[in-house]
Amino acid sequence: MNGDIFAQVNLPRVYRRRKWVNNIILGLTGLTVILAGIPLVWIVIYVILKGWRVINLDFFIHLPTAMGATGGGVTNAIQGSIVMVIVAAIIAIPLALLIAFYLLYYPQTRLGVAIRFSTDLLSGVPSIVIGIFGYALFVLPFKHFSALAGGLVLAMIMLPVVVRSSEEMLKLVPKELREGSLALGAPEWKTSLSVILVAAMEGVVTGIMLGLARAIGETAPLLFTALGNEHYDVFGYIKQGIATNQSLWEIFHKILAEPTDALPLTLWKYAQQPYPERVEQSWGVALVLMLLVLLLNIGARTWLAWKRRQTHG
Amino acid sequence: MLTQKIEIRNLSVFYKSFRAVNDVTMPVYENKVTAIIGPSGCGKSTLLRSLNRMNDLVPGSHSEGEIILDGENLLDAGVDVVDVRRRVGMVFQRPNPFPMSVYDNIAYGPRLYGVKKKAILDEIVEESLRGAALWDDVKDKLKQSGMALSGGQQQRLCIARAIAIQPEVLLMDEPASALDPIATLRIEELVAQLQERYTIVIVTHNMQEAARVSDYTAFMMMNEQRAGELVEFDETAAIFTTPQDKRTEDYITGRFG
Repeated sequence: MNGDIFAQVNLPRVYRRRKWVNNIILGLTGLTVILAGIPLVWIVIYVILKGWRVINLDFFIHLPTAMGATGGGVTNAIQGSIVMVIVAAIIAIPLALLIAFYLLYYPQTRLGVAIRFSTDLLSGVPSIVIGIFGYALFVLPFKHFSALAGGLVLAMIMLPVVVRSSEEMLKLVPKELREGSLALGAPEWKTSLSVILVAAMEGVVTGIMLGLARAIGETAPLLFTALGNEHYDVFGYIKQGIATNQSLWEIFHKILAEPTDALPLTLWKYAQQPYPERVEQSWGVALVLMLLVLLLNIGARTWLAWKRRQTHG
Repeated sequence: MLTQKIEIRNLSVFYKSFRAVNDVTMPVYENKVTAIIGPSGCGKSTLLRSLNRMNDLVPGSHSEGEIILDGENLLDAGVDVVDVRRRVGMVFQRPNPFPMSVYDNIAYGPRLYGVKKKAILDEIVEESLRGAALWDDVKDKLKQSGMALSGGQQQRLCIARAIAIQPEVLLMDEPASALDPIATLRIEELVAQLQERYTIVIVTHNMQEAARVSDYTAFMMMNEQRAGELVEFDETAAIFTTPQDKRTEDYITGRFG
């Protein structure tokens, strides 16, 4: 090159300026991390401080006592939440993965575009609207609030979250991997399940966790579908069923077709009652809800780490 | 007259506890092309990336030893990494043009260092593109996206981008391995021209390429602990005709690797 291009610029000055700007931006990013972290840490600490006192074994295994009386637990809500989230997961996860694979393979077809658009819309629908929809569809025809109806609306809440996150994760899998499997003569379904899904597993599971966390925290749709039930007790139903010689179907029916309680429902109900014991218990419920989501996440991460050790030696 | 541009002294590079490069000592001569060859995983890319501190980007990496560039140890704590990278440029295995026009790809570097005047930028862009033997191909499409060029053109664009900030040393990490034979040939010719202005260190898998383009060759291999070691360093002609080490001879005659 003709001459030194840096003859006309003051390089040390450029460097000094760069360092200044760098430090300022670094400081700002650090500040925003702290600002973003404060609400989270605050909520967690506040809920723990308010909730830990009512948490004991009874809280987990006993049904609520009469209003105004002390003691008792929220096992109805814990069991109900778990049952409904399991129902939601069983319905939503396979469906969401199938949809995600469809979107992966047929992204630009008319149906693909329509599905992507409607999942986006579904994720934007207020959950209370999904609740009233569930009421019309799953409650009115049977004249009965039920865990099944609750699980179904939770599945509808979960579905778009899992579809869109799984689709993004599946898209990241290099197409050479798919071609490598197809080139061995493997059918498309086998390739999808054994190669692509496994390669994207980590992100897919993270998306499922997000969906589950979203579902387990929903209140509004359950008001219309699960309603609440201070006597809901899966173990009680099973015990009673065995004692009175009921068939498996009858026990299942009891578990899934009864009005059901859930942690967020209980939280909402207890928090507005005039009895201080119940208000205090509602903080305990909040804490259990948080712990449950945390546990779910830790469980999934541990499973993923174990899985990764298996596949990567 | 032969002067040492870079002097690598007892360099070891670690990724966490894994020793990727073990105790390498070798010179890099000014205005010469030095090739680093060796089997996969022998640490040649790691060694190359140490020379402009790109390994800093790998979490958990650290280095021991010294890399002396014009009397200054690049591994010293007080060294400005940005200044190191301005003086020691790099071209990567896969062409990586930025998602912007050909012109802006080249002007990106000079602008970083405070060059603002249009006339000077224009001159730098033209000179750099000429220097990378790309000017005739793209002089009428400077406003087009750099990503629209062919693979070989993209790689020459990346070379032009690297020399636009007038580095003293140019590192090339298998610059032709993703290209077809004709594009490869043009890159090799380019290396020979660039040598007049820059000190070049090139990593290559291809021994014929090393023999064609380089003045000096370093042959690296993994030891029993899988750490890369320098087996032999000499003039390229000597390495390929009268290697001193049995392992070098085995490698260049194709008996392994």
